[in-house]
Amino acid sequence: MSLARSPYALTGGLAVALAISGCGLFRQVRAAESSLRAEKERKPAPELALKDADGKTVRLSDYKGKVVLLNFWATWCGPCRMEMPWFIDFERKYKDKGFAVVGIAMDEEGWQVVKPFITDLAVNYRILLGTTSAADLYGGVDALPTTFLIDQEGRVAATHVGLAGRDTFENGIKELLSGPSAGSGNPAVLARAR
Amino acid sequence: MLAQGSQILSQAPAQKLSAKRGATAEAALTFVLGEGYHTNSHTPSESYLIPLRLTWDKGALEAVEVTYPEPHLEKYEFSPKPLSVFTGTFRIVTRFKAPLDAMSGPGLATGKLRYQACNQTSCLPPRTIEVKLPVVIQ
Repeated sequence: MSLARSPYALTGGLAVALAISGCGLFRQVRAAESSLRAEKERKPAPELALKDADGKTVRLSDYKGKVVLLNFWATWCGPCRMEMPWFIDFERKYKDKGFAVVGIAMDEEGWQVVKPFITDLAVNYRILLGTTSAADLYGGVDALPTTFLIDQEGRVAATHVGLAGRDTFENGIKELLSGPSAGSGNPAVLARAR
Repeated sequence: MLAQGSQILSQAPAQKLSAKRGATAEAALTFVLGEGYHTNSHTPSESYLIPLRLTWDKGALEAVEVTYPEPHLEKYEFSPKPLSVFTGTFRIVTRFKAPLDAMSGPGLATGKLRYQACNQTSCLPPRTIEVKLPVVIQ
């Protein structure tokens, strides 16, 4: 699971380096990541098969044809907790328009800590329990939150490492839901994002 | 479960601790955290946060008391209230006792520092680093 062999090595390294170097440029990159990748730049989202709170195996391919917000998070992660109420709202607003949020909890303690938290927060979208191999598929997920917007064709249209703005997510969701021709983001910036 | 790649916190080389049999002695360990990052203190502001904790392995010396530095209260975008954190360079002091029957001579006290670090926008997974303290029992 080393960064060196990760397809997201640049993303993780960039995020850490920029954060360490004072965050100014990091904010610029975050702002730039609000654009979706151009369609030709998008790569297929790796298939996942993880358990939900009822023990049922859920696959990413179960969401084929939908726009999916795939969020890696943990209960001990403050920025993750800030985003989750937004995702609850997105699920409510766009569920009937071909959209779904899927949360992947990365807590080592598993459902013992995750279940009470999602119950208290009244999370209305599906939460799956993450594994190291699932995180590896998505580049190791070195920092949380890490969120992927996946288009109707099952391709990664945007990657957000760290806290992103609510509008950034919502604009991306709306753009993806508006049609397959969406996604005219700056390829140079997007290449850095993944 | 998450990647354990980059270490954002490291221990500075520790000075050798001399302890007399039957007496106590204090050692200060210095830790350096990457710029822009903070770790939760040993007494986090929120119950969901993972505290920083130094523990010592069993060895020639017995750890009697661990004293953490005074945390800072800092406000972050992602938290409605200030968080109790450590940043930059900080020291943790441990008081050891050398048992009367301890063997004299040089040795190494080892322990573990568990911490969880974040910056303004993201968090790294909880990590545990090995800590080392050269000791000599007289």
